[in-house]
Amino acid sequence: MNTTALKEWPLWEIFVRSKQGLEHKHCGSLHAADASQALHMARDVYTRRQEGVSIWVVPSAAITASNPDEKGEFFDPAADKIYRHPTFYEIPDEVGHM
Amino acid sequence: MYTQSFNVPDQAGQKTVAVTPSTEDAELMARFDARIDADGRIEPQDWMPEAYRKTLVRQISQHAHSEIVGMLPEGNWISRAPSLKRKAILIAKVQDEGGHGLYLYSAAETLGTSRDQLLEGLHSGKAKYSSIFNYPTLNWADVGAIGWLVDGAAIMNQIPLCRCSYGPYSRAMVRVCKEESFHQRQGYEALLVMMKGTQAQRDMVQDAVNRLWWKCLAMFGPPDADSPNSAQGMRWGIKRISNDDLRQKFVDATVPQAKVLGITLPDPDLKWNEARQHYDYGQIDWQEFWDTVEGNGPCNKERLATRVKAHNDGQWVRDAAQAYARKQQERAMKEAA
Repeated sequence: MNTTALKEWPLWEIFVRSKQGLEHKHCGSLHAADASQALHMARDVYTRRQEGVSIWVVPSAAITASNPDEKGEFFDPAADKIYRHPTFYEIPDEVGHM
Repeated sequence: MYTQSFNVPDQAGQKTVAVTPSTEDAELMARFDARIDADGRIEPQDWMPEAYRKTLVRQISQHAHSEIVGMLPEGNWISRAPSLKRKAILIAKVQDEGGHGLYLYSAAETLGTSRDQLLEGLHSGKAKYSSIFNYPTLNWADVGAIGWLVDGAAIMNQIPLCRCSYGPYSRAMVRVCKEESFHQRQGYEALLVMMKGTQAQRDMVQDAVNRLWWKCLAMFGPPDADSPNSAQGMRWGIKRISNDDLRQKFVDATVPQAKVLGITLPDPDLKWNEARQHYDYGQIDWQEFWDTVEGNGPCNKERLATRVKAHNDGQWVRDAAQAYARKQQERAMKEAA
């Protein structure tokens, strides 16, 4: 049994919406020959206990990710902007909740 | 779901993985160590030492294989379950195990080893799986005892793995642990029902427990003193609690459950130790454990042969699905043109 990688079904990333009003959340991946098979398998694998009301399947190869080696520089612009947080501002106590 | 606290080498002669970072890796290594020390998580695209990667591929794939092979001893009983209710429960449990195998294979694949390579390791006999499945399930009570004891032992092992330093593995374990408690409870309840039945049924339960008890204790892996890889696993945050500590936790949790059930655990040395505040237990037969790991257990050959046959018999389905997908794609392209 010496099957090459090309013989494998492609990989899909699975996103599940757990209930109406919530976002789809990444929950794992699986191999499937095509999108509709990926949907059926995702249903059987990730929603056996009614964990979802909607599923997205995305070919893993279609995802572009930021490079972890450049994490420092890539996210650096946000590092020194603490004025973007509400806690940066001092408001007198008598103002109450703001 | 089942893991053996598996630090069992896949092939002879590969007892320990050397940890010798080259000089250019020293800086990356320092950053990796710092993150581990801060109890941070490692994600697939992050740099990691080769030995860490190898250890994880081996452990996660052995874990995945255990799930898949673990479907076989229970699958044997689906067509012979004593009622429709028990049959439906057993099907659901076996289906869960298949799902657990998939979560784990997916986690292992993020380390750069393909699914085909992982399966090839299992089917060729190079990779190991939990040796508990190399014993036969002789009577219906074995199915209940597997749920109660084997899944119970696995849960002990798996809960600390939810905090494993490798992100995809820890996330897979969270999912698995959520589904797992159903497995243990259904098994224990099935045994409770039998214990309320006839003497013959009670004898079946006792017989199943007698045969499985010591194998379950061995599932936690060799004693700490004989686990050369454990210290490194602890250092890397892959392993959180030692084999012996987990085993002790399992014994302490199980003794009161056995009492409620009304069976005797087959160990004359099993008794409460007031000073230690733990149960003492007898000697595990490690020779038998290693013989089974090496492939000489009662069912090793049968399990592997069944697994390989199932995979080969399914080849046409995989081929057909791929041919269908290709045809659909070609049709869509023709219509677009």
